Amino acid sequence: MHSICFQATGVPRSNYIFDSCSPALAISKPINLRFCGLRKEAFGFSGLTHSSSGRVRFSSRGHSKKVSASAESNGSPPKSFDYDLIIIGAGVGGHGAALHAVEKGLKTAIIEGDVVGGTCVNRGCVPSKALLAVSGKMRELQSEHHMKALGLQVSAAGYDRQGVADHANNLASKIRSNLTNSMKALGVDILTGVGTIVGPQKVKYGKVGFPDNIVTAKNIIIATGSVPFVPKGIEVDGKTVITSDHALKLESVPDWIAIVGSGYIGLEFSDVYTALGSEVTFIEALDQLMPGFDPEIGKLAQRVLINPRKIDYHTGVFATKITPAKDGKPVIIELIDAKTKEPKDTLEVDAALIATGRAPFTNGLGLENVNVVTQRGFVPVDERMRVIDTNGNLVPHLYCIGDANGKMMLAHAASAQGISVVEQVTGRDHVLNHLSIPAACFTHPEISMVGLTEPQAREKAQKEGFEVGVAKTSFKANTKALAENEGEGLAKLIYRPDNGEILGVHIFGLHAADLIHEASNAIALGTRIQDIKFAVHAHPTLSEVLDELFKSAKVKAAALSHGPVSEPVAV
Amino acid sequence: MQTQLGSAVFPRLLRRSLSYIPSILYSLHSLLNLFHFFRFLSNSSPQSQKHKEMASPFLSNTIISFSSSLSSSSSLPRLAPSIPFSAIRSKSTPRRILTVRSKIREIFMPALSSTMTEGKIVSWVKSEGDVLSKGESVVVVESDKADMDVETFYDGILAAIVVGEGETALVGAAIGVLAETEDEIAEAKAKAASKSGASTPSAPPPAPTPAAASTPAPPKSTPAPAAPTVAEGPTKTVATPYAKKLAKQHKVDIESVVGTGPYGRITPEDIEAAAGLSPSKKNVGLAVVVETKPAAPAKAPAASAAPSSLPPPVPGSTVVPFTTMQSAVSKNMVESLSVPTFRVGYPVTTDALDALYEKVKPKGVTMTALLAKAAAMALAQHPVVNSSCKDGKSFTYNSNINIAVAVAINGGLITPVLQDADKLDLYLLSQKWKELVEKARAKQLQPQEYNSGTFTLSNLGMFGVDRFDAILPPGQGAIMAVGASKPTVVADADGFFSVKNKMLVNVTADHRIIYGADLAAFLQTFSKIVENAESLTL
Repeated sequence: MHSICFQATGVPRSNYIFDSCSPALAISKPINLRFCGLRKEAFGFSGLTHSSSGRVRFSSRGHSKKVSASAESNGSPPKSFDYDLIIIGAGVGGHGAALHAVEKGLKTAIIEGDVVGGTCVNRGCVPSKALLAVSGKMRELQSEHHMKALGLQVSAAGYDRQGVADHANNLASKIRSNLTNSMKALGVDILTGVGTIVGPQKVKYGKVGFPDNIVTAKNIIIATGSVPFVPKGIEVDGKTVITSDHALKLESVPDWIAIVGSGYIGLEFSDVYTALGSEVTFIEALDQLMPGFDPEIGKLAQRVLINPRKIDYHTGVFATKITPAKDGKPVIIELIDAKTKEPKDTLEVDAALIATGRAPFTNGLGLENVNVVTQRGFVPVDERMRVIDTNGNLVPHLYCIGDANGKMMLAHAASAQGISVVEQVTGRDHVLNHLSIPAACFTHPEISMVGLTEPQAREKAQKEGFEVGVAKTSFKANTKALAENEGEGLAKLIYRPDNGEILGVHIFGLHAADLIHEASNAIALGTRIQDIKFAVHAHPTLSEVLDELFKSAKVKAAALSHGPVSEPVAV
Repeated sequence: MQTQLGSAVFPRLLRRSLSYIPSILYSLHSLLNLFHFFRFLSNSSPQSQKHKEMASPFLSNTIISFSSSLSSSSSLPRLAPSIPFSAIRSKSTPRRILTVRSKIREIFMPALSSTMTEGKIVSWVKSEGDVLSKGESVVVVESDKADMDVETFYDGILAAIVVGEGETALVGAAIGVLAETEDEIAEAKAKAASKSGASTPSAPPPAPTPAAASTPAPPKSTPAPAAPTVAEGPTKTVATPYAKKLAKQHKVDIESVVGTGPYGRITPEDIEAAAGLSPSKKNVGLAVVVETKPAAPAKAPAASAAPSSLPPPVPGSTVVPFTTMQSAVSKNMVESLSVPTFRVGYPVTTDALDALYEKVKPKGVTMTALLAKAAAMALAQHPVVNSSCKDGKSFTYNSNINIAVAVAINGGLITPVLQDADKLDLYLLSQKWKELVEKARAKQLQPQEYNSGTFTLSNLGMFGVDRFDAILPPGQGAIMAVGASKPTVVADADGFFSVKNKMLVNVTADHRIIYGADLAAFLQTFSKIVENAESLTL
């Protein structure tokens, strides 16, 4: 789980079908389609929680850890608690929740069986950003045409593989220690070991070979994240057939690598590998590459990121069997047609990267002790991240955030969910609007998005009977982009002309990942186009691409008569 | 093979096209000489139903053109509004422009960008039976760069759609048929039907019929009978993604390429070699063959441009594909055959030169620098020998005298260039030469350091060669082959014998621009300079 690198995926029945990355796709419950970011109404269940939370917290303060008292009474909730909040899993989601919990005055512990930072920091978005930074610079230096256009002369660019790998590793270590220190400094207890739920409000943890400790907490958040998903028939040896975990260590740069799955992970790695000189073959189960993206963005991205590079692809095929290189033979990939299931082709490559999505890491969590059954590994939750048991009832005081619930497999989504949970347990109802969560893919140039894609918006519009407007601006018209000689790019706005609501924004171009937040904030805060278009952008900046975008939208006159929603106060 | 007239379409920038602004208005296939295009074409006249089909593996995909009458009095202007042909890759063999009086025209897949080899039909704006008027959008085509509307150049009726939506066709392939009047619709439809499946979704690059090469026979890798290097059971061709891209781009039949990569796979280098390209990025330069290399004798068969007449390889022989440098040499050598050259030899007395050489040798001056300097000084007095003939119609007088010097290196051949050799003094020139040779060894020569020569010098004297004959590299006017300097008995006018060092120089020149007298005069000047060698140090 982490920003971007890994998108919404599930544990698939079929190989790659779940490699869909659009935020909206991950949201199945209609209740989440609300567009107001904050909800203040209290609902039945949460009311109960709130009324007691203050009291309990108060009482728990006075107690020292009373492990023994609760140990003998498995099955019944303890009367007093060691912590207000225990978080199982110290990834980005757990970290975000812990920090917010401390801010809210909760006594907080976090249990981590591996290393602090989770997938994102150690095996995901963070080290991959280091590799992508290298690939971006390599690309620039290698682009003779680009350099010449700027009047620069560079002689042959080269790289030292180990140096690049070290950069990624150092970055991960640094971020990991930052994360650890920030929690320690705030007084979050970091408990080492694998956490298991043994009963309501009760968790045991411990290292293998050591006696378990049992701790109690008023509320528990499961934030155990995910691991790379490897479809059946694929033999991962960590050398020639690898997952993102191995690839990020960059132990080798193969001449030719097949990437199974063309979602965020695959796309980012294709950017890295081609910049470092590899040739890439994509294997995608769906009929087109980059299935989760807005089709128009996907098409443009394919023109820029795939077609001119040393990449070819097979779509509509499953890799049923992948054998690592051995006995003087290359990696062998057997492909079958995704529809007819008939053998289609056999590929011989130097390496294969399995980027078919991620599977939740929920085994051994002890969910059976609270009568919860996972669905394909995911912990079932409602829109407030409250865990649902086998009977469809909510399990009190138990929440699950991040990749483990599968709502939206992004690091920052997990963190936002954690903050939302902390808000709830401290007496303020909160429902996270997943449609306001941006996503980005850090290719060169970057791709970013928030909200609905055009087809999704049109489907919704048809159902609900409103009109959809689409506005587009090009980076070609942006001064800053042209100054950088990076005019390739497009921003696309999907909106409701009748009321000016922003339904989705998709950007492909220079620094798209940084540009998306103006749009995601607008969605989160419910800002309408007729208001945001008056916001001023510094000139010349890339942000003017979005400025242009909002200004080019055609909101109907009726919506404009309301005037600005929030009149700024003159000071 | 007749030309295609009546391409009925040209593209227009579409709103949706984001990344590419077309600079081309494409229309007239009549002047398009994309060679693959003609390979597939067969012409028929609608009246006679005469089909002339070429023996091509793609017969089933044959495109039938509808140029009707073969009378050659051309009324081209009427049919061809002034259209820029800027992006049309034509390296044309001269051809007749034929009149088309047909009322049935084909709509071709246009070349929307210089790199486009095939296009995908995004959507047909018009349906079969729709009446079209000039300038109307007919179809939306997706190229490698953008989606573009393609509009018709003629009024008419869209009689048949040959390539459906979502399908792909090679540039120049017919994608639809346009009839001028309703009466011709049936006929047009019949035409369209007769080439059912003219669209080739994801068509493999055409198998080259050797006769139809676009360039003067680059050494396409010949379909060598069973390459001995690949001794695997399943004869599956494995090519890397970039190799496939290159093959498509350069129209190399990938099946005929022998892979030299790991596990016998076809690498981009193999394709480049097969296409006779030298990868510019690797700083491997254009090379000039002025000597036969003793190495790699087994390469001869692969370089042959006439694959059909190849004798079967002698049992036990091995086939070693060219390196990129060797491919470049091969390509240049074949190209050189199109230039009419002649040779003039001259004996030069070198006693003064040898004496000078002994004097300046300790200062780092090499014989190469001396000869280059002498040649440059002579060229300064005979600018025509320093000129070149680029187009067969004019002299190109080069403002600089850049002496390229052939050097054998790593089984290849490269010609580092001493720029402005007439202006630099001997010592600077020697220093420059040293740098160039080091760079060449390290494969770090920049392109202008090996391809900016205006005159080439090749010296085999150090091997004891007394005279030889150089091949003129394309793009230059003359090349000088220098033999060894040897003591020779000479008789002077008074009948006295003496022994003088003499070397034979032999210049090969392009007779289109440099005539015998020019060369003779140049050689006389050169000889004078060498015989008064002290002037070289001035």
